[in-house]
Amino acid sequence: MSSDGSLVGTPADAISSGFPEAGPPRFASIGDVRSGLAGVDYLADDGISGVVYLADRLAKPVLVEGPAGTGKTELAKSVARVTGSRLIRLQCYEGLDESKALYEWNYKKQLLRIQADAGRSWEQLEEDIFSEDFLLTRPLLEAIRSTEPVVLLVDEVDRLELETEALLLEVLSEYQVSIPELGTVRAHQIPLVFLTSNATRELSEALKRRCLYLHIDYPDLERERSIIETRVPGISQALADQVARIVRSIRTLELKKAPSVSETLDWARTLVVLGIASVDVDQARDTLHILLKYRSDIERAEKELAGVESPD
Amino acid sequence: MLDLLTGFIAELRAAGIPVSLTEHLDAAETLRHVPLEDREALKYTLGASLVKSSTHWPAYETAFEIYFALRGPEFRIDADGADGDGERSERTTDTGADDLPGQGGRHGRGQGGGGEGMTAEEIADLLYQALLGANRSLVAAVARQAVSRYAGMEAGRPVGGTYYLYRTLRNLDLDKVLDRLVEASRQSAAAHGEVDGGGDGAGVPLTALEERLLRDEYQARIDQLRKEIEAEIRRRLVEDRGSEALARSIRKPLPEDIDVMHATRDELVALRRSLQPLSRKLAVRLARKRRHGRKGALDFRATVRHSLSTGGVPVEPKFRYPRPAKPEIVVIADISGSVASFARFTLHLVHAISAQFSKVRSFVFIDGVDEVTEYFDGVDDPAEAVHRINTEADVVWVDGHSDYGHALTVFWERWGEELTPRTSVLLLGDARNNYHASAAWVVKELRARARHVYWLNPEPRAYWNSGDSIVGEYANFCDEVVECRTLRQLERFVGELA
Repeated sequence: MSSDGSLVGTPADAISSGFPEAGPPRFASIGDVRSGLAGVDYLADDGISGVVYLADRLAKPVLVEGPAGTGKTELAKSVARVTGSRLIRLQCYEGLDESKALYEWNYKKQLLRIQADAGRSWEQLEEDIFSEDFLLTRPLLEAIRSTEPVVLLVDEVDRLELETEALLLEVLSEYQVSIPELGTVRAHQIPLVFLTSNATRELSEALKRRCLYLHIDYPDLERERSIIETRVPGISQALADQVARIVRSIRTLELKKAPSVSETLDWARTLVVLGIASVDVDQARDTLHILLKYRSDIERAEKELAGVESPD
Repeated sequence: MLDLLTGFIAELRAAGIPVSLTEHLDAAETLRHVPLEDREALKYTLGASLVKSSTHWPAYETAFEIYFALRGPEFRIDADGADGDGERSERTTDTGADDLPGQGGRHGRGQGGGGEGMTAEEIADLLYQALLGANRSLVAAVARQAVSRYAGMEAGRPVGGTYYLYRTLRNLDLDKVLDRLVEASRQSAAAHGEVDGGGDGAGVPLTALEERLLRDEYQARIDQLRKEIEAEIRRRLVEDRGSEALARSIRKPLPEDIDVMHATRDELVALRRSLQPLSRKLAVRLARKRRHGRKGALDFRATVRHSLSTGGVPVEPKFRYPRPAKPEIVVIADISGSVASFARFTLHLVHAISAQFSKVRSFVFIDGVDEVTEYFDGVDDPAEAVHRINTEADVVWVDGHSDYGHALTVFWERWGEELTPRTSVLLLGDARNNYHASAAWVVKELRARARHVYWLNPEPRAYWNSGDSIVGEYANFCDEVVECRTLRQLERFVGELA
């Protein structure tokens, strides 16, 4: 496939070529994923490392779902760092359309081009202005055209409208983008794709079917403790342990928004800065607002931590 | 292996998890890349292609444990004696009389030792040690012992795994163990100033915070034990009956398919947890529906008016976008014991999406009736309001047994006037009236005044009109009586209502 990866002009070309070839595997084994990620201070559990490994082998995108602040975006960033790839990020929002996600024609430049030589025939001109020079690439096309290894992060995909989701489908399953005026752009190499979602709405079946699904939940006690120890410099083991325990207890309460890992880390950092070696109730109460962001949650946690039994 | 996978996927589908052909292929592909001996990795990677929703995960996990059960020689059941001691496994053969010593052991434990029921006592001690020391392998060993001791499993007996689980847990009495553990650490803290969990300060009694943390720690360990026990029971059942038969009998329903009336405590927790994202999704969907339902008739007046700017040529036609009126909802819910959890979920769901209705009023009754709308005002967590309803609403008139007749009559007298033709009335309950008068004429009057009257019955349709259920009498005057046993049905009904 000589034309693979470049812009192909004729429809025949577009049809004849198949799936882009998978590059050499990025990871040798599941353990390799885990140790690699640990090397960049991302502590993966069995599920995370397994799915990342599989995504690489099967050349499939990963749909990462889970509560906010559990390291979904961080995972994509860390994988990019481990594999030495470029991270291309598409932040989704309501109203995102293909000119923001895929590509856009640089019409100002096209106008200039038309004005620059008015003498040429229309056919020549048309071929000219719909060429690569006049194409503005947006994140998805960018990720596909890149010759260096790429990690594509489609962040908060659940914010897209249902109809816009369809934009992603071609890229995700075939790793190609069809541009009517140009033909089909296929990937040089298969990017590792991560889609993150906070599950504010059910994603379409079509999208889910094309992805591997990874649910990242709050970490268990040991993992959270090690995360605190790796991410917060200068924290003592005892304090990290205590922080992890208190956070776990708070998460068992029925709150509007349970503390996330990033909030836990913020809290741990605060405690270190304040020079607190061991948290007691008063100190916890004074700093709870870092963990919890709702008035009612804070009140509730204060009550619980002070040992007042809840009526359940 | 591929056969096993096909069977596994068939089981997943039977449990209600949608698995498409592509996903099946992906799973098969997965097997080529993941080392089969790494069971955990296999579980997660297979799950990544087969399960696309976190609420389906528990059902998937159960099925996985059954189909990919550990069947190696080291997991043979005979091997139990090896990690306990020989003496104990001897006694465990005596399964017939396990109830009595179990009881004795429980009493004895509280007093710190008793002569009778030594075997139970030993297990209890071992369990206590295991939980205190957070020794995982010991916990697993205890789980094995407890199952062979208490579950009373017999080969070929067609009983579900939950039965054995229940028997085992009842005998272990984990709540008491929890109290004992906390008590013990409290004492040891007071004595030595040394707590297992990292508290310090010599000779100081535990602060409330430390105690709380310890309790949670032990709770986590006990949950771990419970899981071990479940796994052990499953393993034995697989040995006995084979994967497929077993999978059928202990299939876990998805949270949205759990029968609300007969949910266990754990299931209720799962339900409550899935209720929140569900109501949020429902709200988003309904809002979108409202926004997209446009394209009305041509608005002639607006078109002509707009045409003035183009010299009287109607270039841009204007349409009258329909603005569907938001319905007004009155919920009248039976909150007596039998249907309480169902009423709670419905109230919760209706209020969570109250923005989709122009007004929501809630009434609850047992044999008296009371308005509870105000409990939801200004509370952003419906669960809290529901909790207040349970404790504060004045719903008992005589004896606290459902009396639909009296409740409906009182409702009609006090609030009947306030219904308008835009109101939809939802009646929630099983219509088990304890043989009181039905007062079905009230429903007829409601129907005449209000736009719709729906009856949501949490009982399976087959039970309607049996015993003291008189839902049929009311059904004559309702627009529709809907069977509403699961969250899925409830969600569908509420979605259509709005």
